[in-house]
Amino acid sequence: MPGADIAVRTEELSKLYGTREALVGLDLTVPAGQIFGFLGPNGAGKSTTIGILCTLLRPTLGHAWVAGAHVAREAGRVRRRIGVVFQEQTLDQDLTAMESMRLQAELYGLPGPAARAASTALLDLMGLADRAGHVVRALSGGTRRRLEIARALVHGPRVLFLDEPTTGLDPQTRAAVREHLRLLCREHGITVFLTTHHLEEAEHCDRIAIIDDGELVAEGSPGELKAVIGADLVTLRTDDDERVAEAVRGLFGVATVTGPGGVRLRAPDGAALVPRLCAELTVPIHSVTVEPPTLDDVFLHYTGRTIR
Amino acid sequence: MSSATTSESTSESSIDMSTKTTGAVIDEAGFRDGPFGGFAGDLRTVRILWRREMVRFLHNRARLVMGLAAPLLFLFVLGNGIGSTGGDLGLYQAFLFPGTLLMVVQGPAVAVGTVIMWDRQSGFLRQMLVAPVRRAAVLAGICLGGTTTGALYALPVLALAGAMGVPYHPRLLLVLGEITLLAFALTALGVSAAVCIRRPETFQIVSGLAMAPAVLLSGALFPVGGLQSWLGMVVRANPLSYGVDALRRTMPDPDPSAPTPAWFRAGPEWWGWAPPVLLELSLVVVPSLILLTLAGRRFSRID
Repeated sequence: MPGADIAVRTEELSKLYGTREALVGLDLTVPAGQIFGFLGPNGAGKSTTIGILCTLLRPTLGHAWVAGAHVAREAGRVRRRIGVVFQEQTLDQDLTAMESMRLQAELYGLPGPAARAASTALLDLMGLADRAGHVVRALSGGTRRRLEIARALVHGPRVLFLDEPTTGLDPQTRAAVREHLRLLCREHGITVFLTTHHLEEAEHCDRIAIIDDGELVAEGSPGELKAVIGADLVTLRTDDDERVAEAVRGLFGVATVTGPGGVRLRAPDGAALVPRLCAELTVPIHSVTVEPPTLDDVFLHYTGRTIR
Repeated sequence: MSSATTSESTSESSIDMSTKTTGAVIDEAGFRDGPFGGFAGDLRTVRILWRREMVRFLHNRARLVMGLAAPLLFLFVLGNGIGSTGGDLGLYQAFLFPGTLLMVVQGPAVAVGTVIMWDRQSGFLRQMLVAPVRRAAVLAGICLGGTTTGALYALPVLALAGAMGVPYHPRLLLVLGEITLLAFALTALGVSAAVCIRRPETFQIVSGLAMAPAVLLSGALFPVGGLQSWLGMVVRANPLSYGVDALRRTMPDPDPSAPTPAWFRAGPEWWGWAPPVLLELSLVVVPSLILLTLAGRRFSRID
């Protein structure tokens, strides 16, 4: 059994639906107190993993521990120690924000005064203090999402699971939700485990694991993962792409790809290459862009295709 | 914590404290009473879900009117129509009274199943399932909610008994008790079906197909005492027949001044023997309880 500094650990976790392998031998370790992102395209096995970790699905093979309890053998204990925000909205439309909080508190058996205190404080924390009396039906998508997060925290869980928490939200709201999650992590030591298929979302996590086709393909901080690519993407737009590609290969000894977007090449320090390219190439150059590696490049690197 | 902190930091430290202490409280209770908080935890779960059904009932008065309109219309139109063929109008209306009660409680039973369907679609059910509560307690709460709603639906019909040729008599209280029991059985049936059926469309079709024939073949509309044909077999095999008969044998005589004709209370018989009312009631309730238990198992199973 993992120690207190480990929020989630899985060993050889697998899930079969009939003969279809939804998850294959997943080994995962999530340190406590971090924002952990589970990145992968739709259908990669993210929701299956969350389902198992939240005790809603039984693993076909392997083991998983969440907050120190075994998901299959100690499901009740796991349920007490986690908060879950599902992808689809699960609020009762006719209740007010405060009533939603109180219902959840009652469900988890919180005594009245503690329930009141926690509900008020969490609505406050999520910036919903002025919405306490509003009916859920009348709240905007982003506000509902924040209310769901507040509700999931009412019993003081150690690990908060969020399945695609920012899907369907506008960029501004997305940033606000992210900020609140960061606050939870930093101020309250809660581990946040979220799934996403948005690369931009994963960039903001402390650690990410990339999953594709039910298998873990890479794990680390966004920086570490991008360092594996180790090179910037340089794109040149010129009068004669073919001649430039040939010249670059000859002069610098790097591989190039020529496409409708121009000549693309990878270089460890792309910016430093730009002046040399301009000085040494004889064909007129229209533009040079240098892009640092993205998580999409990481995904491409490991799976041979892009996530989009 | 110093009292000189700003209001913002006070609120944050108070949440810090509350989440920590509440977390501790839950864990402690969890370890003492088992993962679901023991019997007290189950009662709490039942209460929460029962109350939710009650809130739904109070919010939706239009549904109450709709749920009563169809059976009452049925009663008065059919009662009057058949009565005009020359029979005793008052007597036939009184004969339809138990069937009407049963039809009235059918509505909430199906509605509860539909609610489970929607909760499954909306994710509300999943939210319940990740909470540390016993799943059987969730079903029990929903069932009791549907039963209470059914009994509340039956009240106005009982209040109108006089208009249907059924005199007001203390026995009507017994009838209320029986119809509550039958409401529970029907709700258990609806809940069981909802647990086993995944798609709301399928549930709608199944409940629509099952409910009307079940009443039609239950002796709610015609006396079944002497039936010997295939119809008699079907009626005897239909648990609802015994529910209707139990209600009819319990309700007061339609006309206290004259003897009630024998066909009025002639219910389903087994080789010339009429099962007693208590046995009749258990014939409806016991199978539903078994079904509900099986549904509870299925509902608790983790795939």
